[in-house]
Amino acid sequence: MAALINVVDSFRRFFDGDVWYSFKRNPLVIVATVAALIGILGAAFAPWIAPHNPFDLKTLNLLDAFSPPAWSELGKPQFWLGTDDQGRDVLSTIMHGSRVSLVVGICAVFLSMVVGITLGLISGYVGGSVDAFIMRVADIQLSFPAILIALLIDGVARAVIGKEHHDQVAVYVLIFAIAASGWVQYARTVRGSTLVERNKEYVQAAQVIGRRSLAIMFSHVLPNVMGPVFVLATLHVGTAIITEATLSFLGVGVPPTQPSLGTLIRVGNDFLFSGEWWITVFPGLALVFLVLSINIIGDWLRDALNPKLR
Amino acid sequence: MNQKKSNILLDVRDVAKEFDVSKPWLNRIIERQDKQILKAVDGVSFTINRGETLSLVGESGCGKSTVARLVCGLYTPSRGSIHFDGVDMAEAEGDTLRKLRARFQMIFQDPYASLNQRWRVGKIIAEPILVHGLGKPGSALNKRVGELLTQVGLSPLDAEKFPHEFSGGQRQRVSIARALSSNPEFLVCDEPTSALDVSVQAQILNLMKDLQREFGLTYLFISHNLAVVSHISNRVGVMYLGRLVEVADTNRIFTMPLHPYTQMLQSAIPDLKMTGKQRTPVAGEVPNPLTPPTGCAFHPRCPHANERCKRERPEMIDHPEGGQVACHGVEEKRINMIKLAA
Amino acid sequence: MNPPLLQVKNLRIEFPTRRGILVAVDDISFDIAAGEVLGVVGESGAGKSLTGAAVIGLLEPPGRIAGGEIIFNGKRIDNLPFEEIRKIRGREIGAIFQDPLTSLNPLYTIGRQITETIETHLALTHAQARTRAIELLNEVGIPAADKRIDHYPHQFSGGMRQRVVISLALAANPKLIIADEPTTALDVSIQAQIITLLKKLGREHGTAVMLVTHDMGVIAETADRVAVMYAGRIAEIGPVADVIHHPQHPYTIGLMGAIPNVGDNNERLAQIDGSMPRLTAIPAGCAFNPRCTRRADVPNQRCTTERPGLLPAGMTQAACWLHAGQSGKRSEAENEKKSDENRKMVSV
Repeated sequence: MAALINVVDSFRRFFDGDVWYSFKRNPLVIVATVAALIGILGAAFAPWIAPHNPFDLKTLNLLDAFSPPAWSELGKPQFWLGTDDQGRDVLSTIMHGSRVSLVVGICAVFLSMVVGITLGLISGYVGGSVDAFIMRVADIQLSFPAILIALLIDGVARAVIGKEHHDQVAVYVLIFAIAASGWVQYARTVRGSTLVERNKEYVQAAQVIGRRSLAIMFSHVLPNVMGPVFVLATLHVGTAIITEATLSFLGVGVPPTQPSLGTLIRVGNDFLFSGEWWITVFPGLALVFLVLSINIIGDWLRDALNPKLR
Repeated sequence: MNQKKSNILLDVRDVAKEFDVSKPWLNRIIERQDKQILKAVDGVSFTINRGETLSLVGESGCGKSTVARLVCGLYTPSRGSIHFDGVDMAEAEGDTLRKLRARFQMIFQDPYASLNQRWRVGKIIAEPILVHGLGKPGSALNKRVGELLTQVGLSPLDAEKFPHEFSGGQRQRVSIARALSSNPEFLVCDEPTSALDVSVQAQILNLMKDLQREFGLTYLFISHNLAVVSHISNRVGVMYLGRLVEVADTNRIFTMPLHPYTQMLQSAIPDLKMTGKQRTPVAGEVPNPLTPPTGCAFHPRCPHANERCKRERPEMIDHPEGGQVACHGVEEKRINMIKLAA
Repeated sequence: MNPPLLQVKNLRIEFPTRRGILVAVDDISFDIAAGEVLGVVGESGAGKSLTGAAVIGLLEPPGRIAGGEIIFNGKRIDNLPFEEIRKIRGREIGAIFQDPLTSLNPLYTIGRQITETIETHLALTHAQARTRAIELLNEVGIPAADKRIDHYPHQFSGGMRQRVVISLALAANPKLIIADEPTTALDVSIQAQIITLLKKLGREHGTAVMLVTHDMGVIAETADRVAVMYAGRIAEIGPVADVIHHPQHPYTIGLMGAIPNVGDNNERLAQIDGSMPRLTAIPAGCAFNPRCTRRADVPNQRCTTERPGLLPAGMTQAACWLHAGQSGKRSEAENEKKSDENRKMVSV
């Protein structure tokens, strides 16, 4: 009962607070949030709400192939955005593709956060040689471009696991690769905030009480350093999706059986100059709008959460 | 003498704390600098009896806050020992140490930074109880938290609120409630009222005195404000640049300060009663603790300093008027004793 | 009778926020005569720093002056354009703030900062300005001023820095200095030195000082008159000895009782229950009434409905209905008797 009251209370506090106020007054952010929600929900419920199932070979008809979007002359009304070379409905492939892109993006960000926050907390709290070591590893990693790191991990995985099994675990390898290239920013931010917090008296009070360092780090310091992390994470989702799209475009991302937006763009690219522009342009636009909306939200969140700007 | 000994709750013996504030190794090599050691506390000894309040008073850089943290175990002494109820803190480990920790608590100066912003007040107060295994989450715990809140003058309903919903004085009350929750015998108070307004300070000081009476608490009270110290302490210790220069009963310290630094501190108190007292303006400023003066740390500012003062560091010696003083001038009876109006 | 150097009339300072307009200073009036030291004392949130900032034109937006007038040397200054205020600031009105560390620019030598101020406001050559700067540093007690003039702020200790800030404030020989908590960040012994210095300089230069602080002890030593502020209003104003020894407003009485004094022999400190109201919840009528123990002594529940103006109360003026109906000054003896009665009735 008390827990329920706490939850209701938290909601009430949120809607009473400055962040919601800032949100209400920002039409661009509201539009971006709606767009992002449409994209995410559309992707999440794709298997149920997509007009066609692009992976069910029985429903595909080669005669439907290369149909332009529904509003143009030769378009077929049931394929709103046209079809690709195999007769798959582009809208449905976009919805399913977004699903893969979002899953990879969000999981990669989540993994990144967990690793980055933990290392940042330990680095900032313990200090000394542990701090120096972790930060040097971070520095070294930052001198490599993220894409290269992801390519490297992917390449190693392919070599180690072998081609046949690789397709099954490709998504996990991809998530791991993107996460590995992204943890540093969380670690650095959290380390900075931890260095500030650990000198505050509430941490000393917990030490006097006799709590162990690990407990202090995660129960006392962590809630106080999470603010900037949310902003980073929101922006990172956009980057992660683009990284995944790039890798898939290059052919080293998700396997062709689970196409993501990147794969779709690559596949459609081949047909761009023969006139069937919709096969690559629509997935491209979907990617752009999805990432753009998320970035707008992330930008706004950073300013809304910054106490100095309020 | 033996009876008194068992009455001693805290026994600090020749405690010192050094901090290495040297620049990083590479810088030192390149700039050809020596290692720099900051002697924050340089050989301090005192005792506190059960049920009494000892105040440590001094200006910035005197090391009183460091002493507070040493007593609480936040720092380990570079030298010397601290005995709590007969047990050497450095030797206690594991379970013994944990049980010991339940018996003392600390209250901090900054009411804003001493409470975790993200925790509800009830959780903050309950933490010592849970950590020391004195209770389990549930209605009994909530009741106890409510009791503690009432004892410090707040309402049990305040347990659901966050710290930022309270004023500075109220937050300090929450700090006190947290400190009391593990039923400690000993509280270390590091400038608990310095950040508060005068009227709020009066409330908190009265509260602390009431709680001391009710629960038989022992206080180590750190402050730079002599007037506050005169109200709350039984005994006062005056510190300067990491050393104790005088310790005595409150009455003796304020009516007959013996050490020249204590005398100067007294005369520096603003004259609220407007008696138009003439002061000897205090000369100079507290020297850089990284390069303390030789011999007696106070000699550059002392009107009575002689050659011996520049060479030899004075020891704390008992004085017939009560308490102890560390001053060659007092020992050699060179300094006139001033009796101030009570 | 010369007109006062500074006249503040019905000053009102507001902060528009999304939850409504907060009134931080509500209709206060006071004067400062030439050469006088007026202490403005109060606890945090009372509005004293804002008053000081408003006088010198440094009120930070969104705070704004929403009413009243500030008249300096016969001229209204609260409604002047930025350029005009800038000319007055420094030349006619100087300022000393609390934190000497941030009051000085760490990148320039103090000599440069002082000569810059002098040259901006006085028509002196660079060499003359430097000589004057060294004189000033000597006056404020900086040893070896001619060498230290070329040092940077970080090479000075806290007390020395505050002396430099004072010399900066005095550089252009202003008629009024606003000092906002000038000794709060300093050690007790340094505080004593700075207070002595301020008094000496005030006498020698004939500069008026508006000394804003929460420390009654500093006021007792330095000020000629004192205004006690509470919740954005003046509770009591009068000569310093009278306000301290014979306070007439229940808040002042409570405040004086709450201040610990050496030699009071461990009595319980008089405490005022409750706390200063937040700006969003200032009570109707007299702002102090919920905490006041004398409320019942005023007929018709006037304290909760009508806000009292400053009424003559013995040797001072107090914004309290207990003094309604008093006219003219009472004798010293009557004054003492009255405040003793008041003191006994306030809770202990």
